[in-house]
Amino acid sequence: MLVKPLLHEALCNGCGLCLTVCECGALVLVRNVIKIIEVESCGYCTECELVCPTGAIECPFEIVIEDSIEITIEE
Amino acid sequence: MAIEIDLLKSVPYFLGLSTAELEAIKQHVFEQSAQRNDMILLEEEASQAVYFVVSGVVKVFKTSVEGKEQILCIVKAGESFNDIAVFDGGPNPASVIAMTPVVLYGITKTDMETILRKHPNLATNVIKILSKKVRHFVSLVEDLSFRHVTDRLAKLLLEYATDHGRISEGEGQRPRLTQQEMAAMVGTAREVVGRSLKALEEEGAIRMDRHRIVVVNKKLLQEMSGVTGG
Ligand code: SF4
Ligand code: SF4
Repeated sequence: MLVKPLLHEALCNGCGLCLTVCECGALVLVRNVIKIIEVESCGYCTECELVCPTGAIECPFEIVIEDSIEITIEE
Repeated sequence: MAIEIDLLKSVPYFLGLSTAELEAIKQHVFEQSAQRNDMILLEEEASQAVYFVVSGVVKVFKTSVEGKEQILCIVKAGESFNDIAVFDGGPNPASVIAMTPVVLYGITKTDMETILRKHPNLATNVIKILSKKVRHFVSLVEDLSFRHVTDRLAKLLLEYATDHGRISEGEGQRPRLTQQEMAAMVGTAREVVGRSLKALEEEGAIRMDRHRIVVVNKKLLQEMSGVTGG
């Protein structure tokens, strides 16, 4: 399943700014609250997070290591 | 559309001014709107005005000779941009583009001078705002001119990847970090994290894979972060 930006709907003020930066139409406002409908088209560009004035959108990253690389924990 | 006093009141520049004073200032304010991706100001062009964002978001940035963009700041409703050029009379120090549809209020350089002469108490607000901006830029300069942010970010990525990061394990349970959180953790601004991630990707240390930052060259990250061995 594709990971999508995290929405904190309670913080959303319905301003619609995120919709206008989202090139791929992944976001919509439903009764003035932000929702993601088109997860497939979200490229995780983080623009929506950047413009949201209320912190209602977060685009967190997982930090992983390629399996081919041996993991040795050495300080 | 008429300039609204209530909107002016919410702009830090005009904090503490009476309605009568704002009514007088209002005569000098013009409104301008722009669509997403419209250039509002071009770097090095003669500056005309200081702008206040009424609604929407703009991006203030500079472009290097190689065409790389460095975001200087993101300006949201209530905040101003191009103040410096208006007060020192020089050209626009940076370019400004609309990230969303925006409505701006502007005051031309000459009008701003008139306003300041008539309402000297406004100067205190302006000094505060400019000082805040200088502080932001000073820390930005520090972070951009020294290698240490990228190095600290390399260390952070390495630690997270080592502690939590086998791709095949723990899908969906790993701690995730926003760019804002990474910025706070390495002690910098989000603008710098975006650029540092790009730099690390260009150097071949990591790969951005949608919501994942994949460490592809652990050794390189170790060198950068000053961790030896492995
Ligand atoms: S930018 Fe933020 S507050 Fe505005 S509609 Fe989008 S999620 Fe809601
Ligand atoms: S991360 Fe980018 S593509 Fe995905 S919803 Fe936000 S703006 Fe749209």
